Amino acid sequence: MFSRAARLSTRVAAPVRARVAAPRVVIPSIAARRSVTTNAASAQLEKPLPESETEPFQVTLSDESFETYELDPPPYTLNVTKKELKQMYYDMVVVRQMEMAADRLYKEKKIRGFCHLSVGQEAVAVGIEHAIERADDVITSYRCHGFAYMRGGTVRSIIGELLGRRGGIAYGKGGSMHMFTKGFYGGNGIVGAQVAVGAGLAFAHKYTGRKNASIILYGDGASNQGQVFESFNMAKLWNLPALFGCENNKYGMGTSAARSSALTDYYKRGQYIPGLKVNGMDVLAVKAAVAYGKQWTNNDNGPLVLEYVTYRYGGHSMSDPGTTYRTREEIQRMRSTNDPIAGLKQHILEWGVASEEELKNLDKEARAYVNEEVAAAEAMPPPEANQQILFEDIYVKGTEPDFIRGRTPDELFYFKH
Amino acid sequence: MSRYLRPAVRLAATASRVQVARPAAPSFFKPASVAGFQKRTYADAPAGTKDYTVRDALNEALAEELEANDKVFVMGEEVAQYNGAYKVTKGLLDRFGDRRVIDTPITEMGFTGLAVGAALSGLHPVCEFMTFNFAMQSIDHIVNSAAKTLYMSGGIQPCNITFRGPNGFAAGVAAQHSQDYSAWYGSVPGLKVVSPWSAEDAKGLLKAAIRDPNPVIVLENELMYGQVFPMSEAAQKDDFVIPFGKAKIERAGSDLTIVTMSRCVGQSLVAAEALKKKYGVEVEVLNLRSIKPLDLDAILKSIKKTNRLMTVESGFPSYGVGAEIVALAVEYGFDFLDAPPQRVTGADVPTPYAQGLEEMAFPTESLIENHAAKLLKLI
Repeated sequence: MFSRAARLSTRVAAPVRARVAAPRVVIPSIAARRSVTTNAASAQLEKPLPESETEPFQVTLSDESFETYELDPPPYTLNVTKKELKQMYYDMVVVRQMEMAADRLYKEKKIRGFCHLSVGQEAVAVGIEHAIERADDVITSYRCHGFAYMRGGTVRSIIGELLGRRGGIAYGKGGSMHMFTKGFYGGNGIVGAQVAVGAGLAFAHKYTGRKNASIILYGDGASNQGQVFESFNMAKLWNLPALFGCENNKYGMGTSAARSSALTDYYKRGQYIPGLKVNGMDVLAVKAAVAYGKQWTNNDNGPLVLEYVTYRYGGHSMSDPGTTYRTREEIQRMRSTNDPIAGLKQHILEWGVASEEELKNLDKEARAYVNEEVAAAEAMPPPEANQQILFEDIYVKGTEPDFIRGRTPDELFYFKH
Repeated sequence: MSRYLRPAVRLAATASRVQVARPAAPSFFKPASVAGFQKRTYADAPAGTKDYTVRDALNEALAEELEANDKVFVMGEEVAQYNGAYKVTKGLLDRFGDRRVIDTPITEMGFTGLAVGAALSGLHPVCEFMTFNFAMQSIDHIVNSAAKTLYMSGGIQPCNITFRGPNGFAAGVAAQHSQDYSAWYGSVPGLKVVSPWSAEDAKGLLKAAIRDPNPVIVLENELMYGQVFPMSEAAQKDDFVIPFGKAKIERAGSDLTIVTMSRCVGQSLVAAEALKKKYGVEVEVLNLRSIKPLDLDAILKSIKKTNRLMTVESGFPSYGVGAEIVALAVEYGFDFLDAPPQRVTGADVPTPYAQGLEEMAFPTESLIENHAAKLLKLI
């Protein structure tokens, strides 16, 4: 009785939109089943563009950018500069190029273990970073490369980590799923665990009186973990500056949202926490939503539950072709019509922010940067296979036990205190 | 198959067929009567020694660390308004306010993860579990989020957090509330695990745990909270800490080494005294204090002296702390041993409720005494 067909049929009866849709091409199927558009190029320019690269100008987001729950919607206008738009474009291209490089290196068998790529989801990581400051926190799941880059990790250190190099972002100890840098708390391999930990980051801001927010990301799959709801409860109870955010890419591994979640409106799942659903394919909408959320927490309003509606083009991980639980047409449709990079590109060209030529140069620049960094990463040596390196950082330096045991009674490593 | 399972031959050769008598009047849950030994231990202590319950010692440790460092806060179920389910946090809310002493909902996985997040962000949480049995709901955060993060971040993300609460069995609380987690946490790289016995242990180890920049588990024992110990003048001061990884010789001896921890230290001391009275043997009782790191050095030094080893713990026998110590003793101290090392442990059974059955599930003073006597070929 809980067959997939039955569930889907209720979802196909699409919710009636409160706001009148602006005239634009309606994308059928996936997009139509969701109440928030996933059109990546739905924003509009109201006034002529300023000359200066750094003078802010206003753009208006599509009125299908947000859906709210117990919350006044964020302003549909957003101030950006030419420079920033180009930076966003560049960032998304770098993230995609970096992920494509990881894809290639994995297929060349140079990357070990698990590798989860975020191709298609770039607007989330990039949009968030453009809305927050360095002192804010970000914590996410194992699909973390883009966030690690946006938080200040270099492509060299991220790819170096994937390759298991000493110069990797975690010195070759963490791998794909465990990347940390200042203000970025991973890279967490246990699905959903980062949500409670993220609430703790928010707790620390509140405890120390800092006006910063914690951006906590998890997937539609993780959203059914009990501790997500435990975290919602404490965050609301203690009014923590936590921006919970479900990156809804429609599939938790191979299980579609409708097959895993009794309520697929993830932004409503905070129940007593206001929610905001965002077009996660539009980097501008993501920026606007997170900037609004940050202001919300700064005003001591407590947590928000965001839902970034997005899509992953690739499989769950490198071992998943991603085609057994969805159709090739679906993937192709999202790629060709809702791509976040193509969407922003369209804006940049339409609004005259940059010429086709300039964007091509940006593409080239990004590609050259990633290629250089990947080459540098490949040239980095792996950690020397010695006990000194194997046993460092189990405990904080200077507080280790006298020795650590290896595999046999005579493999003992003594720390120098 | 079972008929092949005999104690190691050198022990079996002299093993008595006499059934170990159960004490007529069960004195099982009375605090082990260690007063006599405490006097022994502290007889030469300078004036100024004061009596403390283990509970008071823990409370003082928390208060001093809260006082000393604003980054320290206490979080857990019923720690604030209720004054602690076992009153360990009594008075802390009044003294430090609800910013520092925080009642959580009953949400172990959530608040443990939250406390870990606060620690990653630079605070020094003391996360109380009403009992460690409840921490099984949140053991993922202790192991995966706290213990492993420093290593898997390549050393850039420390996690200064203390998890504390009562561990092991209490009186008549049956299976789900009577488990000893020493072996569980002791097996995790990145954690430090301590298990205090006396009031001094409790204060010194908890303070050291809070100050240690790594995740530390403090396994207390409910049956010990009300027990009174003398506390030296030095230990009453706010700078008193006990270093991790150092066992304490509670009773020196030359004939047998008993390695033990937590409540079983007191029981072993009683057994040691009875063995001396009955047989004139001197048993050395080593209080581990620290489960991880383990003071292998002290264990080996002691068995070099006594040539015999027995471990006493209340955890399950399989893959336990005793198993680890015996394995290490054999690996590193085989040549010192004149008899097969022995383990006295809890029984391999979910803890039963009825008192007579419960007594059969955990070491008693007479059981320890009897088994030691067997090992020493005295019976």
